[in-house]
Amino acid sequence: MRLDLAGVSAHIDARPIVNDVTLTAGPGEFVALVGPNGSGKSTLLRTVYRSLRPSGGVVRLDGQDLWRMGPRQAARHRAVLPQHNQVADQLSVAEVVATGRHSHKRLLDRDSAADRAVVVTALERVGMEWAADRLLTTLSGGERQRVLLARALAQQAPLLVLDEPTNHLDVGSQLLLLDLIRSLGLTLLAALHDLDQAAAYADQVVVLREGHVAGHGPPLEVLTPAFIEDVFGVRAHVGPHPLTGRPHIAVASRAPARTSQPQPTHCTEHL
Amino acid sequence: MSDTLTSRRPHLVSGPATGLLLAALAAGLVAALVVGISIGSVNLPLGQVWGVVWAHLSGRGAQADPLLSQVVWEIRAPRALLAALAGAGLSVAGVALQSLVRNPLADPYVLGVSSAASLGAVLVPALGSTALAGALGVTGAAFAAAMLSALLVYVLAQRAGRLLDSWLVLTGVAVGYLCTAATTFVQLQLNPTELQGMMFWLMGSVAGASWTDLTVPALLIAGCLLWLLLQGRALNALLAGEEAAVAIGVPVATLRIGLLVAGSLLTATVVSVVGGIGFIGLMIPHAIRFVVGADHRRLLPVSLLTGALFLVLVDLAARIADRPNELPVGIFTTGLGVPFFLWLLRRRSTGGTHAT
Repeated sequence: MRLDLAGVSAHIDARPIVNDVTLTAGPGEFVALVGPNGSGKSTLLRTVYRSLRPSGGVVRLDGQDLWRMGPRQAARHRAVLPQHNQVADQLSVAEVVATGRHSHKRLLDRDSAADRAVVVTALERVGMEWAADRLLTTLSGGERQRVLLARALAQQAPLLVLDEPTNHLDVGSQLLLLDLIRSLGLTLLAALHDLDQAAAYADQVVVLREGHVAGHGPPLEVLTPAFIEDVFGVRAHVGPHPLTGRPHIAVASRAPARTSQPQPTHCTEHL
Repeated sequence: MSDTLTSRRPHLVSGPATGLLLAALAAGLVAALVVGISIGSVNLPLGQVWGVVWAHLSGRGAQADPLLSQVVWEIRAPRALLAALAGAGLSVAGVALQSLVRNPLADPYVLGVSSAASLGAVLVPALGSTALAGALGVTGAAFAAAMLSALLVYVLAQRAGRLLDSWLVLTGVAVGYLCTAATTFVQLQLNPTELQGMMFWLMGSVAGASWTDLTVPALLIAGCLLWLLLQGRALNALLAGEEAAVAIGVPVATLRIGLLVAGSLLTATVVSVVGGIGFIGLMIPHAIRFVVGADHRRLLPVSLLTGALFLVLVDLAARIADRPNELPVGIFTTGLGVPFFLWLLRRRSTGGTHAT
């Protein structure tokens, strides 16, 4: 599945948030969307979720206009792991994942054995099959996020859109989730806020600043120290990762560096 | 409760047991209706009671003893059936409106429908002989006012073509308060005899039901339940939030308008016939979620039958607790329901599940 955004603009309450964004994700490609808070990443993604109609431009999936499809047809083409999920009280993990089958079912259809098999497979792919009959509320944040990924997989769509999927997760869960989505073989468009993770996992990065594309291309060509300092206002260093040897982006504040020992008074445990 | 049990059964009742639960509830409802018709503020021999019922059911109602017929067929039977319909309607409306606003405190009256219905009802004697009041009648005026309030809330809670849950709740509460204040003002203008009939709307009661009160609620409940059941999968998706539901392919805007229409139609109908009976629409759906989970395809029918059964039993209790006097039904809905609900809540929180 190839995703094309051609000259996409979007407004919220008549305020322009995204301006003339063009980007492409080829089949199986991982495109990371990065940018400071308020740069329009989530708003741009909403035009691909279909929760905000673009005020200009076109979103195309394999050449078809996403916004001219019906809601169910669109959901069979692109799945989403949204940033804001409410934890459905009193739904089991399997029931949550089964809601992903909505677009494949007609009004009077019952859940079939095939649907249940899709649910089990999706849970297996994210390593959560052991939790199928647990309530979602009993899982940890990282586990819940994998369950919601399984719900997206149950849509069986070739394109997966993710909005800051690693938010609020511990580092281990973050890398586990990124490894997982990278291994799915789907076309991926993800807003990420960790530049090093974007560089490590994505094939292409698109950098947004104030709703415009400030740069796009392979991560290490785009994310140079000078560019990062310009867009994000932080000092950056690109060098070999001490553990893996691959290029690694380290960032530091532009405030004068503290050279003395850190003071323990800042530890939140002391509160 | 052990963790293994929780991990195998997420809900107290699941799978094929749900069918058994539904059958048991249906049987319980029939039994409660039978008892509700058999027992009342005057003692009548059972044989005679059911003789009258049978006579009417077999089309020979005219031959039955007129006095018995009056008590059993014109008072008790429609009253028990109306209790069942009101309980069912309020429970289903509760599910619909809780899905719409996704707020655990949402009940059928969250959109101000109940207060508006009271206002509509008190306006009829206050306006006296005006043509409008005459044409609508008290029930019609209550229904019209309830639907107007829902419409007003719907219009006010929109922003850029979207319904916002938090706005719906706040607007509904605000409109409700406004109607309550207006009702109080109108009440002060009424004389005591006019006021007495109005207390019924303010407290809620199924007394004074007649057969003609039953048709519209029955048809509406059937229609709304059917529509809601068809949306079951979409309603489940909506539990995860609007964005997630859109992503899954649910036409969220249309679905939410449907929920608003179904919820306010049901509530307005019930309120205009029995007044504002509290607790049922709020607590029954919550209690049932603890038992069968939040899957709407199970939640809706189980809530419907439980609400019907509960209100028939409560009305029975209200009639026989202090014979020959009748106690307000609200005392019992709350007095019996709250301890049970708290027990369920406590039971769930110690049921081996741990939130993180």
